[in-house]
Amino acid sequence: MAKVLMKGNEAIAEAALRAGAAGYFCYPITPQSEVAEYLVKRMPEVGGVFLQAESEIAVGNMLFGAASTGKRVFTSSSSPGISLMQEAISYMAGAELPCVIVNIVRGGPGLGGILPAQSDYFQATRGGGHGDYRTLVLAPSTVQEAADLTMQAFYLADKYRNPVMIIGDGMIGQMMEPVEFPEEHIEPELPPKDWATTGARGRPPNLIKSLFLDPQALEDNCKILDEKYQRMKKDEVRFELYKVSPRNKILIVSYGTMARICQTVIDELESEGCSVGLFRPITVFPYPEEALKKEATRRNIQTVLTVEMSMGQMVEDVRLAVAEAKPVKFYGRTGGIVPSPEEVKEEIIKLIGTGSSPKPPKRKKS
Amino acid sequence: MTEQGKSIFSRPEALKDTVTHYCPGCTHGVIHRLIAEVFDELGLRERALGIAPVGCSVLAYNYMNCDFLEAAHGRAPAFATGFKRLQPDMIVFTYQGDGDLASIGMSEIVHAANRGEKFTTIFINNAVYGMTGGQMAPTTLPGQVTTTCPVGRDVAQVGQPIRIVEMLSALVTPSYLERVAVHTPPHIIKAKRAIRKAFKYQVEGRCFSLVEVLSTCPTNWGKTPDESIQWLTDSMIPYYPLGCLKTPEEHGDR
Repeated sequence: MAKVLMKGNEAIAEAALRAGAAGYFCYPITPQSEVAEYLVKRMPEVGGVFLQAESEIAVGNMLFGAASTGKRVFTSSSSPGISLMQEAISYMAGAELPCVIVNIVRGGPGLGGILPAQSDYFQATRGGGHGDYRTLVLAPSTVQEAADLTMQAFYLADKYRNPVMIIGDGMIGQMMEPVEFPEEHIEPELPPKDWATTGARGRPPNLIKSLFLDPQALEDNCKILDEKYQRMKKDEVRFELYKVSPRNKILIVSYGTMARICQTVIDELESEGCSVGLFRPITVFPYPEEALKKEATRRNIQTVLTVEMSMGQMVEDVRLAVAEAKPVKFYGRTGGIVPSPEEVKEEIIKLIGTGSSPKPPKRKKS
Repeated sequence: MTEQGKSIFSRPEALKDTVTHYCPGCTHGVIHRLIAEVFDELGLRERALGIAPVGCSVLAYNYMNCDFLEAAHGRAPAFATGFKRLQPDMIVFTYQGDGDLASIGMSEIVHAANRGEKFTTIFINNAVYGMTGGQMAPTTLPGQVTTTCPVGRDVAQVGQPIRIVEMLSALVTPSYLERVAVHTPPHIIKAKRAIRKAFKYQVEGRCFSLVEVLSTCPTNWGKTPDESIQWLTDSMIPYYPLGCLKTPEEHGDR
């Protein structure tokens, strides 16, 4: 198929349809309302359901009901709306229901702002709602990747019977870029959804629930869920390396829009004779901790620099992965301010200029 | 058994052969049975989906012999909306108590009713939170003692109890709304007629339907089953008058 110029939000919407989404529930919120405006026209063309709900609380719970049919369903929202959906996401994780949730992140906390941010990282990667659960979280850094990951998200949700989240930011949602969709969406075969509650015809009734009053039964359910998260950690970790070489002294860790800006900086520094590499997580849960550890602990790396559009959230995962093997520095802007390449470059030059010691500085043991 | 050896009364197929956990004198069991009888009569069991609330009847799926979802507190109408929109051939009902529907789930029920979602809500009003141990509900009567209004509901502080069917009848869309009770055999017969009507409208794809059922809670009312029936008659029915507020025949299918 030829390339078309699309907004990130529209590309995500189209990708979802091509992956077989049969239901979309939404509530308007900037900066992702284009998903709804696109789907209100396209959903009827594919015989799917489009519904604008009364709140994001309702959206999340409509998704639970809709996912129980066994059909592919999804929603999109932005930070404050995603907070309201956490109730239903927790219930869906507990009841093992697949669905896709797109979070086009804006600055917070509270009503925050409407400009791009990465400040929902903790919420996305730590479950977000109550209880022992995780969602699989994919972080695109281009419009094309947003489309590709959205299509894969539906497969992964079905494969693990778990909510999958796409975490983009306002920049990914609003930016226009060329996108190419495959002629045909092909994916590996999945087991039949014999758990769907589509009527007890010739079988005992099906029940989809998250209540386990017997503590042993609840612990058993949490173990079943955890076993899935361990499988995700083994099989679904994704990341990309950019200009990683033995000449790097600094390794940047960054994801999403921020990673693209870092690439610009890396190219510029390269032309000035300074070699910097980028480690870009694509799955932020499961986090590519082993791969990051391997890259960060190479002998040539003196400092790991995490760059985020937040006050420092992913940096905690970087520190967990790198442990005390190398110093981990952080640079970030938040509130809707996207760090410019110049700012990031200055930060790197500062690190090089101060001749960052190859030995990690002594840290207090906690 | 009759003289011909023909069974004239048995457990409906839509009801499981099991003992319920409900307290003596509680009417949940009666209401479950009425729904099950209607399912048998209309042949709906194999295409029925129940949505259980949070509250005493969260375990309704242990007693009813059809597919079930277990909702978050108050969200059953949103579950039902999502499901029925994607699976319109199924017969979907929510079973919700007064704390669930009239308090935490008020937004979901009002909007589902107003969109005219084609499912049925069986709303159990016993004027108290049951499972959490007898706290004040939006339907608790003025002066009624509960654990969170130990000197009786003070309407100056918390307002008057909410009449759900009257409130929903102010909306243009919902077109079958009726309040019934199950404390005497004649009332049970009328209640079944209303429940049957609600499901029939759904089978015909006509409208959103809600049947409010006045129910007893002897445990949390601190009364015997007999006293509870008396209290329902003397105190509840005067505030919550029985009857049909809207039908699609009178108000049109919406």
